[in-house]
Parts: sequence; C-alpha cells; structure tokens
Amino acid sequence: MNMKTLAQRLAAVVGVVTMLGFVSINFAPSAQAQQINPTAQSVTEDSLFEALQGDQMVEGRVSIPDGLSSGLIKPGNASWASTHSGLVRNLSIAAVVGAIVVLALFYMIRGKIMVDGKLSGIRILRFTAIERFAHWLMAGSFIILAITGLNLVVGRTLILPWLGEGAFSTLTVWGKVAHNYVGWAFMLGLILSFLVWVSHNIPNKVDAEWVAQGGGLLKKGVHPPAKKFNAGQKVIFWATTLGGAALSFTGFMMLFPMLAGTQADWQFYQLIHGIVAGGLSFIIIAHIYIGSIGMEGAFDAMGSGEVDLNWAKEHHSLWVEEVQGKADPASSASKGTQPAE
Amino acid sequence: MARMKFLCDADRCIECNACVTACKNEHEVPWGINRRRVVTINDGLPGERSVSMACMHCTDAPCAAVCPVDCFYTTDDAVVLHSKDTCIGCGYCFYACPFGAPQYPKVGNFGTRGKMDKCTYCAGGPEADMTEAEYVKYGSNRLAEGKLPLCAEMCSTKSLLAGDGDIIAEIYKERVVTRGYGSGAWGWRTAYGEAVTV
Repeated sequence: MNMKTLAQRLAAVVGVVTMLGFVSINFAPSAQAQQINPTAQSVTEDSLFEALQGDQMVEGRVSIPDGLSSGLIKPGNASWASTHSGLVRNLSIAAVVGAIVVLALFYMIRGKIMVDGKLSGIRILRFTAIERFAHWLMAGSFIILAITGLNLVVGRTLILPWLGEGAFSTLTVWGKVAHNYVGWAFMLGLILSFLVWVSHNIPNKVDAEWVAQGGGLLKKGVHPPAKKFNAGQKVIFWATTLGGAALSFTGFMMLFPMLAGTQADWQFYQLIHGIVAGGLSFIIIAHIYIGSIGMEGAFDAMGSGEVDLNWAKEHHSLWVEEVQGKADPASSASKGTQPAE
Repeated sequence: MARMKFLCDADRCIECNACVTACKNEHEVPWGINRRRVVTINDGLPGERSVSMACMHCTDAPCAAVCPVDCFYTTDDAVVLHSKDTCIGCGYCFYACPFGAPQYPKVGNFGTRGKMDKCTYCAGGPEADMTEAEYVKYGSNRLAEGKLPLCAEMCSTKSLLAGDGDIIAEIYKERVVTRGYGSGAWGWRTAYGEAVTV
C-alpha cells in the first residue's frame, strides 16, 4: 500500500517536472510565441473521415430546428445510390425479363397443359366469393403497384425517351400517387387472403410427393395427388404472404419516414422494398401464366369460382374427395347446369 | 467556361449564419426549407470548426444519377440544376446526396413530398433567365446578372468562397500557406473527387 502510494507520488512528481519543462521551453523564447499553431487540435476533414472510417457521416450541430440536417457529409450515401441503380435495378429487370423468357420457353416446349380426359361438364365450387374478392383485391392492386414501381426503376430508360419529359413526369407523378394509395388496398387483400387460406397452406407429406413428381408440370399425363392447394401453390401463398408483408412494412415506413428513423433506415427499407418487389414479381408472373394461358380450366377457379370436375380430379384429387365426401356427390355437382351422370 | 464550386474555409467561419439568412432572403425560400446551413463540428470542444454547407454542385452528381424522371441538368458553368415541373418529389435525390442538399415542402397525406428545392448556385432554373416564373420556382438568378452567389458574396470573414474552382482553390491554398494551417476544403473530395492539397 505504501509502496504503491510512493510510486504514484513519484510518477506525479515526474509528470509535473516534465510539464514544467515543456512549458518553460514553450515560453522561454518569446520570439517563437507567434509560431504556436492555434489549430494544432482542430478537426480536419481528412482526420475526421479517417476516424469515421470513410463511409460514416461527418456530423455536427446545427442551429436550425431540423435535427436531421446536422449531418455535414455522408459519403455512405454513394453506396445506396450505386446499389439502387445497380443491383436493385438489374435484379428487377432480370426478374421481369427472366420470367417472361422462361415462361415463353416453357410454353414452346410443354405447350398449354390440357385436361387429359374430357371436360365433364360438371362444375364444382372451388373458391367462394370472399376468396375471390380477397384474391382479386390483392391481384389488382399488386399489378398497379408493380407497374408503377417498375416505372420508377426503368421508366427513365424505356418510357421517357419516347414520351418526353413533361408527359413522363405527369405519368410518374400519378404513378407515385397511385402507388401510395393502392398500397393500402394491397395490404387489405393480403390480410384477407392470409386469413381465408392459411389453414390450407400448411406443408405436409403430400407436398413432398407432389414435388418429387415435378408437380406433373413437366410430363403429360402425370398428376400427383394434391389437396386444395398443391406444393407449388403453397410456395406462391407463402411467397406472397411473406414478401407482401415485407413490402407492406417497408412501404409503410417509406410513407411515414418520420416513424422509420434516420436516413440510413429509409435507404435500407427502400432497397429491401425493391429487391422483394423484383422477386415477388417473378413469382407472380409465373402464377399469372399458369392461371391463364398456361393451363386449360385453371382460370375458372378464380373467374367464376367453379371448376370442371375432371380438371379438379386431375389437379386436386384429394381435395375433390374431401368436398365430395362431405356431401352427397350428386348434390355437390348439382350446381352445374348439366345433370350429373 | 468556368467550373463553378463552393469552398468553405472552416478556419474562418464564425458560425454567424449570415449565409443562411442571405440565401433565405434572396430567394424567398419558404419556412422549413434550408438551402444552406452551418454545421458545427466538435461544438464546444477544442478545435471546434463550423462549415457552411449547401449543394456542392458535384461532378457526376449522384442526385442526377438516381432521379427516376431525369429532372437534373448541368449548366455550362457546371452548376447542377433541376426542373421543378418534372420533379415528382420521390426523395431519391435526398437518399443519394452526400450533403443533405435536397429539401422538400410537405404537401399532402402520408410522407408525400412536394417538388424538391435546393441551392441553385443563384442560377435560377430552366425557365428564361430573370423571369417572374423562374423567380417563383427557384429564386433569383444572380449568375445571369453577372454576380456570384449571395451567400459567398456577403460572407463577413470571406470564409465561404464561390467562383471558378481553380481560382477559389488557389485563394484557399495561398491562405493556408500564409497562415500555416488549414482544415481542408470540406466536401471537395466527396463532391469533386479531389481534395485541395497544399
């Protein structure tokens, strides 16, 4: 204890002596006094950038009430700009063009997937009015959102040159307004769809068999069993639910930037929004294909809500057994105009 | 043609905010919009420095690169301007700008931004020079009158310099050599890809 104290005292004495030495050196020649550098401790841009490791912002204090303006230089913003005009832009283009190319090839090789047997003429209810409402609310809003969103990414390159600056600006302003408002319809459709379909979309053993047989998509006459939704549809359901939730959350944050936090947060949400939108667009284009020109009889499910019995037996065999087991087969088919055989 | 730039000599800036006030007054900038601001680094600590910052009129301006409607253009004097008629107020330029220059009036529901406003280097906009239409949207056009930006012209310590990049860099270098120190040309490396080295 005593030794320590002694050592500390010694150190203090040495320190004081050293300081006095420096002070005396500095003060002794009065001619050198004017050469004391008053900025020896001043901040220089170089040293600050170094301390902030190049990419972080140089921040200070501002006297204006807007606290967000206290950032002086934000070199990191360049990385948002390059990701936005690079990676996100390329991914979006690749998603849309890629989906169309892949589907065009698929159509040329596989052709339209027809019902193998004859259409029975008996129609059974596949989607109720509520289910169809939820689907079309989500689908319609998604298409508007996707097109107005894509316009922000490629419109400048594709549309601006032939529409001209004024008209393109007007179009894009309305696109922005539509995007901001239609987003709410999409969120409502997303929640409704989730509620009406989630119980049918829990993965199970049947899905493994469906995947093993390639969903019957690749070969004619192959029809793996499936319940109300097959594994492919479950993938679309979960991609839409999770992707849609991510889009809704990030979009909400961009609509209310003051809730989201700082500029770095806005940039993050914007990039996630763009990447998820590109990915989901790819999946949805494929979904639109198989639900329209890609498969005979598929559109009816979401169109009138009623599908042909033979189509249903081929594509959703277990589901047909379920619904027909519940009710008398004859009465379940009685909705069709033709009598059951 | 000259390559116009701003240079703030932070060793001279006394944070009087007269540049901010002059800018607001000259262009009748609305409440809540700040084309120029003074940021104090290490406030209250030894070596504190204040820097007056606005749009730096970057070489290869990142705002112009990310604008979805391509509303930016660069004049012969290398001043970066934009068309408020074309701007859609998306905010991408603010995301991209390293200097926090773009400002937006709040005009509608949600986070809807109005047309972007920023420092024009006192050079107006795409409208005909010194017209009422140009003044209402962008403020006065001093460059067309043969004058430099007012913020720099009336800076009491001549901290803020505006003019041809080579000339103001030369003035700054001379100052640094004469007085023996300089904290650097703030923002130049980020805006023009080169620092002023003495």
